[in-house]
Amino acid sequence: METALSVLVGCLFTVSLYLLLSKHIIRMLLGVVLLSNAVNILIFTAGRIVSVAPPFIPQDAETVSDVANPLPQALVLTAIVISFSFFAFLLVLAYRAYQDLGTDDTDEMRVAEPENDGLPPLGY
Amino acid sequence: MAEIEATTGTLALALPFLAAALAPILRRGLGHHAAWLLALAPAVAFAILWSTVPRVAEGEVLTFGYEWIPAFDARFSFRIDGLSSTFALLITGIGTLIVLYAGGYLKGHRDQGRFFSFILMFMGAMLGLVLADDLLTLFVYWELTSITSFLLIGFDHERERARRGAIQALVITGGGGLVLLAGVIAIREWTGLHSMTEVLAAGDALRDSPYYTAIFILVLGGAFTKSAQMPFHVWLPNAMEAPTPVSAYLHSATMVKAGVYLLMRMQPALGDTALWTTVLPAFGAVTLVVGALLAVRATDIKITLAYTTVASLGLLVMLIGVGSETALIAAVLYLIAHSLFKGGLFMVAGSVDHSAHTREIDQLGGLGRAMPLTFAAALLCALSMGGLTPFVGFLAKEEIYHALEYGDAYHIALLVAAILGNALMFAAAFIVALKPFVGKKPETIEHPHEGALTIWLGPLVLGVLSLLGALFYGTYHELFSSPMASATVGEPVEIEIGWIPHLNLAFALSMATVALGIVIYLASTGIRRATSGFLSALGWGPDHGFDQAMRGLLRFAFALTSRLQSGRLDYYMTATVIVIAAALLVPMAITGAVPAEPKFPDLRFYEWVVLALIIVGIVAVVIAKNRLTAIVSLGIQGFGVALMFMLLGAPDLSFTQFMVETLSVVILALVMTRLKLSPADHRPLRETLPDAALALAGGIGFGLFLLLITQRPFDPVLSDFFERYSYAIAHGRNIVNVILVDFRGVDTMGEIAVVMITGLAILALIRIRVGRGGKAQPDPTETTP
Amino acid sequence: MRTIIFRFTAPYLTSLMVLFSVFVLLRGHNEPGGGFIGGLIAASAFAIYGIACGVAPVRRALYFHPLAISACGLFFAVIAGLLSVFTGQGFMTGLWAFPAILGGDVGLSTPLLFDIGVYLVVVGSITSIALALEERESD
Repeated sequence: METALSVLVGCLFTVSLYLLLSKHIIRMLLGVVLLSNAVNILIFTAGRIVSVAPPFIPQDAETVSDVANPLPQALVLTAIVISFSFFAFLLVLAYRAYQDLGTDDTDEMRVAEPENDGLPPLGY
Repeated sequence: MAEIEATTGTLALALPFLAAALAPILRRGLGHHAAWLLALAPAVAFAILWSTVPRVAEGEVLTFGYEWIPAFDARFSFRIDGLSSTFALLITGIGTLIVLYAGGYLKGHRDQGRFFSFILMFMGAMLGLVLADDLLTLFVYWELTSITSFLLIGFDHERERARRGAIQALVITGGGGLVLLAGVIAIREWTGLHSMTEVLAAGDALRDSPYYTAIFILVLGGAFTKSAQMPFHVWLPNAMEAPTPVSAYLHSATMVKAGVYLLMRMQPALGDTALWTTVLPAFGAVTLVVGALLAVRATDIKITLAYTTVASLGLLVMLIGVGSETALIAAVLYLIAHSLFKGGLFMVAGSVDHSAHTREIDQLGGLGRAMPLTFAAALLCALSMGGLTPFVGFLAKEEIYHALEYGDAYHIALLVAAILGNALMFAAAFIVALKPFVGKKPETIEHPHEGALTIWLGPLVLGVLSLLGALFYGTYHELFSSPMASATVGEPVEIEIGWIPHLNLAFALSMATVALGIVIYLASTGIRRATSGFLSALGWGPDHGFDQAMRGLLRFAFALTSRLQSGRLDYYMTATVIVIAAALLVPMAITGAVPAEPKFPDLRFYEWVVLALIIVGIVAVVIAKNRLTAIVSLGIQGFGVALMFMLLGAPDLSFTQFMVETLSVVILALVMTRLKLSPADHRPLRETLPDAALALAGGIGFGLFLLLITQRPFDPVLSDFFERYSYAIAHGRNIVNVILVDFRGVDTMGEIAVVMITGLAILALIRIRVGRGGKAQPDPTETTP
Repeated sequence: MRTIIFRFTAPYLTSLMVLFSVFVLLRGHNEPGGGFIGGLIAASAFAIYGIACGVAPVRRALYFHPLAISACGLFFAVIAGLLSVFTGQGFMTGLWAFPAILGGDVGLSTPLLFDIGVYLVVVGSITSIALALEERESD
């Protein structure tokens, strides 16, 4: 299972990095979503697939053993929610940038770092 | 070695800083009279230090300090011996007079409170510098003097020249400070010595150390920049942009003497080598002659004084470099004398400026009748500076000639330099102290007047002290110069020279100097014209070079930044992905730690289906031609991931993923329908292919990395812990939830805070509408709920 | 998307989903569920309501601004952590009480309060995001 998941993680990273490298904001956004999935599965798999039994303690027991590793699950659970809120933020940012700059090409978004910016003042 | 009461010593060190904190408030409440109250701080520090003088004069060394960073053997420790005691007395004593003088000089200035604050801070830094024992403590105070002097020189920050002077001083002295830091670290690391006390005790070891040359150069780098030796002298005359109290304080007794102090302090440990006795006198002699010539050339009396200070520093460095006992005694005597007369003369120059509203020597004259007290003070100081008896300057000059009158050709060259320099300085002293006061008063000066008590008190006290020091030379030597010389030489020294001249070679040389000085004074206009002509023919000087260096630095920084920071996002992304891929793959390639060849995964049918679903989803995302396909494909892979979590025993994750994917698709659809953009990539193949190769490298890197991790043995200690204690101590059967809200609750708290902040940020982004001009304005269509 | 049927059923669907989300939240300590999932379910419920009937009714129904709910949740979470400090234990130490209510043991605890805080933060923030985006559609 770990091998299959490693291959899956490789695919997810490849696609998300490819999308992030393109100059269109929409594609970069899709890449961000895939990137968060890739990272989540990476963390999940790094905690090993020791069992597919959910990590719950049965009603009549005090402890449990031989269940899925609960720690990566807890880490990934919060990561999912946070990456969602960041995705929403980036989406709105891209949307606003498109509204105000009229382009989705990152090469043309030069408000913060304008092209042909002259020398800084050389006096004191 | 004796312990001084640590609280008393600390009080003396802290007082100037405390006063600096209170200064703006006091200034607001009391106006310029706050000076009287603020002057108490250095006065009390002076009194505290004065109380140690008898013990120090007997050769005791007082130390106190605190632990600072024990792990680095860094202490916050201080040492009072003859050298630091006399320096500290000069700093606090002249400091008291300067605070009073500033009270009158800057009366009514709107930033006087700030000025008091800066100058008191500087005082505290300087005091710490001369008293510091630990080398790192010394460095901290050293840089603190650079920073506070930057603030003081740039006090009139609305003038460009003041800003330039301040930046130049900071770059040169602060840069020198960094060189000194390298020297301090070199001493600490290579020789294991951490404090001045240890360094002084290990002089022979240091001189024989193979690192001696490196340490020597680094220490000199600090001392020469601070003490304005050629060619680093340029900052000192430019620092005259500061208000006169600053010049009178920083450029007479304190800041510029820090480098001399360091050399004197290190002399017993680093001195008396061929390197020391060659390099120092050479730099010193050149600085002396050039500085003195430039002093006579200048027409602004403050600039004249600044260049004589450069010359005096050259003289001091030369004497320390010669290093014989007599030479060091001469250096000590000259240093004290210089602090007194130069501080006084600067204050006189300020008073003249205050009264006549000009400092140009050609436009000054006849002020003596209107300003008798200032004139008297000026004469006293000038006589001392000229080396006439009975003033402390005389004692110094006699000793200087004693030190240089015997010796080889090298010493004779130095002697000639000393005579020439002294004669020029003699002339400069009287240009500043005599010309403005005698002769006919020019029409341009209206209503010359004597300043307030605080204005004339300072120079007069210093002038009188210059006289008293020589008249009561026995006490003067016993309390100040002998202990200081002993610390500089490294063994007990008795100074005997008095104000009554004896007929010998030194006195003859002294007389020759005076005669030459008078000639130069009378011919000063001609010399000024000649040197000016020479300099303009030369065209280039270190001052101009500084400007070129600064501009070059800016251009270089700009060129470098525009290369590294191109402003193109795809450039940054490419760099990031390259670094990620290299960070993952290169270590594997180097160490050969590649994962073993994995077995073909043994999966059940529905697991294959889910994996295939995800793969199909992500491939469809890449090749999607329209919005709807892209969104749906993204949803498919997301739900596939959720299903996979379900199959792998993570129901909570699965539910969360389902909800998040649903919401993602919804908001993506909401925005995409309005963006009216196609998600397809329209770039040509030659652009997409390298991207694809790079992405593949990154993907393979992550895949191999994960394989490598999973092939290592698993350490179950954490999961065992959670499985064992989740119900027992946290009363929860859902282990994942227990981890989230209990075991790792603080973590979760941080995460929900992040979620909320993104919510706020999104709201702000939507509410604020930015026009094409970049100006933010509230969205008029938005209504507040 | 505003068909009559959708608009008619949306309020009921929303209330059912919110009720379900509270159920998921409360049972989260022992069964699958918890604040994050519950919060996301409730947020989707409001998002659906917003798509069906417009944003204004949702804002009216919520009464408070979504981010105020979120802030309130963060406040609960901090209080849940601080309570144990007043008893002299470390920050975020779980405190438990098992009062007998209606014949059964009910576990009242600071982790529960904390989970409610998580729920409210997620509901508030995500609803705020969704509503803000939906609102733009109407103009």
